[in-house]
Parts: sequence; structure tokens; C-alpha cells
Amino acid sequence: MTDIFDKYGDIAVRHDQLLDAGADPFGVCLEEVYSPTEAMVNGRRTILAGTNNYLGITFDPACIEAAAQAIRKHGTGTTGSRIANGTYSNHRQLEDELASFMNCRHALGFPTGYQANLGMLVGLAGPKDVMLIDADSHASIYDGARLSGATIVRFRHNDPADLDRRLRRLEGEGKSHLVVVEGIYSMLGDRAPIAEFAEVKNKHGAYLLVDEAHSLGVLGDTGRGAAEAEGVADQVDFYVGTFSKSLGSVGGFGASNHPRFEVLRYCSRQYMYTASSAPSNVASVITAIRQIRNDSTLRERLWRNAEEVYQRLLAQGFKICAPTSPIIAVQLPDIETAYYAWSRLLEAGVYVNLAVPPGTPHGESLLRCSVSAAHTEAQINEICRRFEDIAQELASQMPVQEPAPVMMAQAGD
Amino acid sequence: MVEADHQATFESIRNILEVYNAEGIEITTSTRLMSDLNIDSVAAMDLIMEIEDRFEIDIPVNMVSDVETTQDLVRIVVARLENRA
Repeated sequence: MTDIFDKYGDIAVRHDQLLDAGADPFGVCLEEVYSPTEAMVNGRRTILAGTNNYLGITFDPACIEAAAQAIRKHGTGTTGSRIANGTYSNHRQLEDELASFMNCRHALGFPTGYQANLGMLVGLAGPKDVMLIDADSHASIYDGARLSGATIVRFRHNDPADLDRRLRRLEGEGKSHLVVVEGIYSMLGDRAPIAEFAEVKNKHGAYLLVDEAHSLGVLGDTGRGAAEAEGVADQVDFYVGTFSKSLGSVGGFGASNHPRFEVLRYCSRQYMYTASSAPSNVASVITAIRQIRNDSTLRERLWRNAEEVYQRLLAQGFKICAPTSPIIAVQLPDIETAYYAWSRLLEAGVYVNLAVPPGTPHGESLLRCSVSAAHTEAQINEICRRFEDIAQELASQMPVQEPAPVMMAQAGD
Repeated sequence: MVEADHQATFESIRNILEVYNAEGIEITTSTRLMSDLNIDSVAAMDLIMEIEDRFEIDIPVNMVSDVETTQDLVRIVVARLENRA
């Protein structure tokens, strides 16, 4: 009999080699968390430049107070699903707040962002439909697409002309077509041309779903995301978003103006068959939405910080994969160099994300930095100074240690 | 109904595959994409897109998971071409 874990042999071997080489880039532990931008890692005070805490709202006093009050008032958890005993007044209030914020008639809460994509995609599309997804889509979109049973057509990343060609080829089959894009892509930090995608889907009578996971609170005049920033918020049929980035909690949502959207409350299995979010999560998200709606200060500070880090890393000679955004993906020549640079940065007290093939687009090896509104000037200086050290070290072509092949579960396939 | 030509389809696909043929092996209908040509999942995505462009067809992701050999690709392309006709 073969061992059930044999299928992971190659990946496990590579991972073990990596551990032999030094720190585990996918097993970092924040031993203590001091603020949105600082934690103890490997016993050292470390600046966090690899989170999704774009607005630094995780330590916002009002959000913390709302969560603490909710936990005292409603308890630690709901112990039930939304269709049983797990709908509290708070869950309804959050959905009302989300609907109002997204300017949609309906909103649906999910316990995680991953589940929000699964629940929306599986709920919307079925075996008789076609889902057209951007090639660089997040794992949750690929998984939702597969689980839906829909025919999945992949179009070239951020390429409305390619989508147009494919929709034209699908004409006359009498099926529903759901186009899925993201506002900002999590690995490279590049933005989708939502207005052009909206034009294409209108032309062909398709539906458009935009996952604003990394753009909510980051883009748009009121922080609604990439579609708002491009002036086409009203042309998006379905939104997905998450609470675990700008909103600093855990959970996700779907939102829409479609008059029949509420059917998902009793047809979306990811909504129905899971315990509802803890009251404390819900309360902090309600507070966070109000903060970002009524005050653009954090968003402005985030972009100032992002622009500064971007320009300084560019000046140091690094190749950055996309125009300025809060996600700054520094491209390095290969996995070994990226791993070496990542390790050196961590030793120097700066944590960024290491992203390597096959989990990255086009097999790129990246140091993924994410900037926060909460980064102080001193922290930004320190991050940039440490990158400068790396730049000089790599320029002097210091031999790197023995190559340690890295393998990550791939985002897409 | 267009009678799709398996041989011509194979020739076209073989030409596309030559880019991935670092070892310079002879590509036949039984060449395995992963083990013989070392085409990983990322390269496979690019390959499928190239084939889609070349033949002006869509190859749904659902159909790709079972692809092992060049012949499997030829079969899919021919089926999609007939589907379009």
C-alpha cells in the first residue's frame, strides 16, 4: 500500500532542503505583535512590511473597543450557521453597512474572504454556465470556479481584448457568462483595467464580478475599490471583498444590485453550512467601515507611503513589477537570490513576503512588500535602508549560499 | 462540418512545442508534456494560451487537467475546432 502523502514527495523534499538552508519563509511566527507595523520575529523586534494591513486599522482604538464590547455582550462565538442560530442583529447590521458602503441593494457576509469567493462563484455559476477568469486569479477564484462545475475559460491577465475575443467565440451558445477579475492583484500589485472590462462585458451581455480584496479601502474616492476609482462602480454586477485586509479583521462579503441576489442565502453552501463570524469580528468591521467611509486621511497616508517606498526602491535599481500601489513586488533574478535577500532582510529586522514559482505569475521570484498607512517615516527609512544594503550586496555579486529550491502550493493550478 | 485534420493539427502543435523542447528530443504524438518536455503547470498555462491563439479556440481549464501527451492536446484541439464549426 502506498502512503497517502507520497503525492507530496517532491514538494516535501524541497521544503526540507529549504529548512536546512535557514529560516522557513512560509512558517514565520509573530511571537509578539506590538502594532500594525511591528512584531517580534525570531526574538527580534521586526518591522512588518509584508502584511495586508493597508490602513493599519488592526490596532484602531474604536475597532478594538467595539470588538471588546461585542464579545462581552454577545459572547465569544455564535456556535451556529446563518440559517440556524448564527444570525445575530450584528450580522444584519454589518450587511446593511456593507450594502450602503458599496452602494448596492444587497450584501452577504461570509466567515472568511476565501469562502466569500467560493460562496459567490459557486452560488452564481453552475454546470450550464461559462466562467471567464483572469489568468492571474487568486487561488480562491480558481477553487470556486472548479467547484461551481462551470466551464472555465481563462483569459490573458488584464487583457480586455483577449476577453472580448473569447466572449465573441462563445456567442450563440445560450449560456450565462460570468467574467471574474480582481481590483488589485495580490502578488504583483497591478491594477485591472475595470472600465475596459466593463465595456467588453456590456457589449456581450455578460456579468462582471470584481474581487476588491486588495483594493477595498485603498482605491476610490470613498474607498470602495478599483471600480469606483475608474468611475464604473455602477456597472459591476457582483462584488466580492474581504475583512482581513484594509478592514483588519476576518471575513468576507458579496454585494450586488441584482434583484434576485438574496437567493444565495439559501443556495450558497459556503454561506449556509459554516458557523457565522464571531460577534467581535463583526463589530470591529462595522466600526472599520465607518472609519474609512468618513475619513480619507488613512488612504491618503497609505498612498504617500507607498509612493515613497516605490520611488526609493526604484532609485536603488530594483525592478518593480507594477506601477505604484500599496503592494510593491520587487523582482529578483531567481529563487535562490530572492530567498537569500528575504533572509537577510529578516535578519536585519524587516519582514517582507517571499513569493516564488510556481505560486507567482510567469515564474517570477519576488520580494513582496506591502506598505501601510501606519508605517512611520522612521520605519520607511529603515525598510529602504535595508533594501539599499541588499542592493549593494547583490551588486557586488557576493556568492550566495547553496541554492535551496523552493516550492509553494501554486496559486492557480 | 469541417473535417479537422489531425496530422496538420499535430504539426502545428509540434511547432509550438519546439519552444519548450530544451533537450531537443523528437516530439511525437506520445511525447509526455510534463515528464519528457518538463512543462510545469505555469508553462502549461502559457502553452494552452498559445494554442488557443493559434487555432482561435477556447480550451476550457476543465479539459486541460487530463492532458498528458501531445496526442491528448491534438484530440482536444480537433474537438474544439469541430465544436466551433
